Amino acid sequence: MAADTVLAIEGLALNARIRRATAQPVADAHVEVRAGEIVGLVGESGSGKTLTALSALRLLPDNIEIAAGRVEVGGQDVRALDEAGLAALRGSVAGMVFQDPIGSLNPSLTIGRQVAEVVRIHQHADRAAADARAVEALGLVGFPHARERFDAYPHQLSGGLRQRVMIAMAIANEPRLVIADEPTTALDVTVQAQILELLQSLVAELGIGVLLITHDLGVIANAADRVTVMYGGRTVEQCSTLEAFRDMRHPYTEALVASAPTLEGSEDTVLRGIPGAPPDPTRPEPGCPFAPRCLRALAGCVVAPPAFTTIGDGRALACINPVSAVARV
Amino acid sequence: MSSPLLELRDVTRTYRAPGTAFGRKRLHALRGVTVTVGEGESVALVGESGCGKSTLARIAVRLESAETGEVVVDGVSRRDLSRGQLRHGTTEIQLVPQDAGAALDPRMTIAGSVGEPLAIHRRGTKAEREARVLDLLDEVGLDRSLADRFPHQLSGGQRQRVVIARALALEPKLLIADEPVSALDVSVRAQVLNLLREIRERRSLALLVISHDLAVVRTISERIDVMYLGRIVESGPTAAVIEQPAHPYTAALVAAFPDPDPTTRERRAAPEGEVPSPVDLPLGCAFAGRCPRAQDDCRVTDPVLVGDGERRVACLHPLV
Repeated sequence: MAADTVLAIEGLALNARIRRATAQPVADAHVEVRAGEIVGLVGESGSGKTLTALSALRLLPDNIEIAAGRVEVGGQDVRALDEAGLAALRGSVAGMVFQDPIGSLNPSLTIGRQVAEVVRIHQHADRAAADARAVEALGLVGFPHARERFDAYPHQLSGGLRQRVMIAMAIANEPRLVIADEPTTALDVTVQAQILELLQSLVAELGIGVLLITHDLGVIANAADRVTVMYGGRTVEQCSTLEAFRDMRHPYTEALVASAPTLEGSEDTVLRGIPGAPPDPTRPEPGCPFAPRCLRALAGCVVAPPAFTTIGDGRALACINPVSAVARV
Repeated sequence: MSSPLLELRDVTRTYRAPGTAFGRKRLHALRGVTVTVGEGESVALVGESGCGKSTLARIAVRLESAETGEVVVDGVSRRDLSRGQLRHGTTEIQLVPQDAGAALDPRMTIAGSVGEPLAIHRRGTKAEREARVLDLLDEVGLDRSLADRFPHQLSGGQRQRVVIARALALEPKLLIADEPVSALDVSVRAQVLNLLREIRERRSLALLVISHDLAVVRTISERIDVMYLGRIVESGPTAAVIEQPAHPYTAALVAAFPDPDPTTRERRAAPEGEVPSPVDLPLGCAFAGRCPRAQDDCRVTDPVLVGDGERRVACLHPLV
């Protein structure tokens, strides 16, 4: 593991109890985020991307537990931490930004108080110092007139400003890692672009690492440095953003990129979707989860899932019949 | 020229603003909107949340009524129709709802949901209706074996196909699709968009797609109307409007579109600020506060939609 790695997840598997049945929503997840970069974690609903990210802070729902794998945040083994260690981790070492800021902010507390509280709890700062730091954090995320609007309530703010408050809370204690789960999905396109710009500038200025979870390839293309693609509870490909769009090896990545709508199409273009539907985690198949929908599937693909293997500098793949670079040209 | 299939003429609609007592403040959802859809034509209505596009769809299918202005279907104003005629008239325009999961009755089978409009309008015998439902399932690419299932047993993409089949049951001439794919995963989205196009061609159906997603619109519509805060600000052929926007708001939408191409990152610049509240609308152009081209006159004069032929724009200082 490189010294500047802020998040390392290897071979993560999660077990879930659903009534009397059990399921494995995540079977083999791999994620690596280094300081000063944005890693996009992309996958469709049910791919396990959010649960994988929640595992990093052990914020999993009660019925889901880590069954196997290594999870390290800022060099600490998250699985070995006790409650006190976890509390210190969440907030000081890693911050989290959720999709829905109105559901995550306390409606009866002013936004300034909520940001300051994060500082007070984790840095044991007195009230004046915490308030000062809160104003500073709000300023960093481009919240206009932070001092004057310290006493505003969440409902008085627009969606974009609420998301800025969430990001201010996540960075207030100068964490090394920020996990942002679909931070722009609930926002309008013009505001979405502003929030992505903000994340990029925070990474550049503060040197934090960001794990950006999204289903939107447009968001990935615009903001991520590297990409981790998940499908059916497994990481299937890990590569640079440019490689993911121009030189992908996994057939699922290829199909996903081909399905993404662009502004270049016309009314006559037939869009390429992926036939079939994503796998059902309560009924796991023995082989590669993508095999039933994969055009390149071989007989061996349905027997056992392919191992996640390093194939080059910063590149890794789980596929026995990858898209070849030559065939694509 | 024959009259268009659907014509909304200068339609306005306001609501009591939430949180204000006795309706003293009004939320202006539609502020004089004119939209036409010709026979077999595919038109898109584009805008961000709160611009009034869903209100417009609901007025078109008579789930709500216009405050002022006229709704004209097949050349006949709805005002001139009796209740019985209205009931018949609305079968020509059908709505594909935004959230198929919420729109389907969880306790009704798929066949029941698809056949319900036929039963309500007493079309054919029971046996004929059942046969018709199976044909509709075929048409939207759903296996006939799903007929006896319930909505929760289907995937999101399958449920979307069910609401499309249901909307087609009464043989409408115009389908209004409100964000038809926004709730779906990318890989399934393309399947549903392709299906809508096939159906449109096969049935020579007119289509009004309501969406915030320019890429969706680009692949499915011939003409586009861009809405901002209850007004149409630009209108024209889809390709021309997206490639060469005339209104600064359209240009901002195009620039902010998250293009899935990592090499085009540099050219985008996000517009400042956010959409103002439709309750306290500024004097003059509603976009002026965020517009990089705004001048003094924009803050005083509210521009009207003007133009020649196909392209029209409501801007005092348009880009084209």
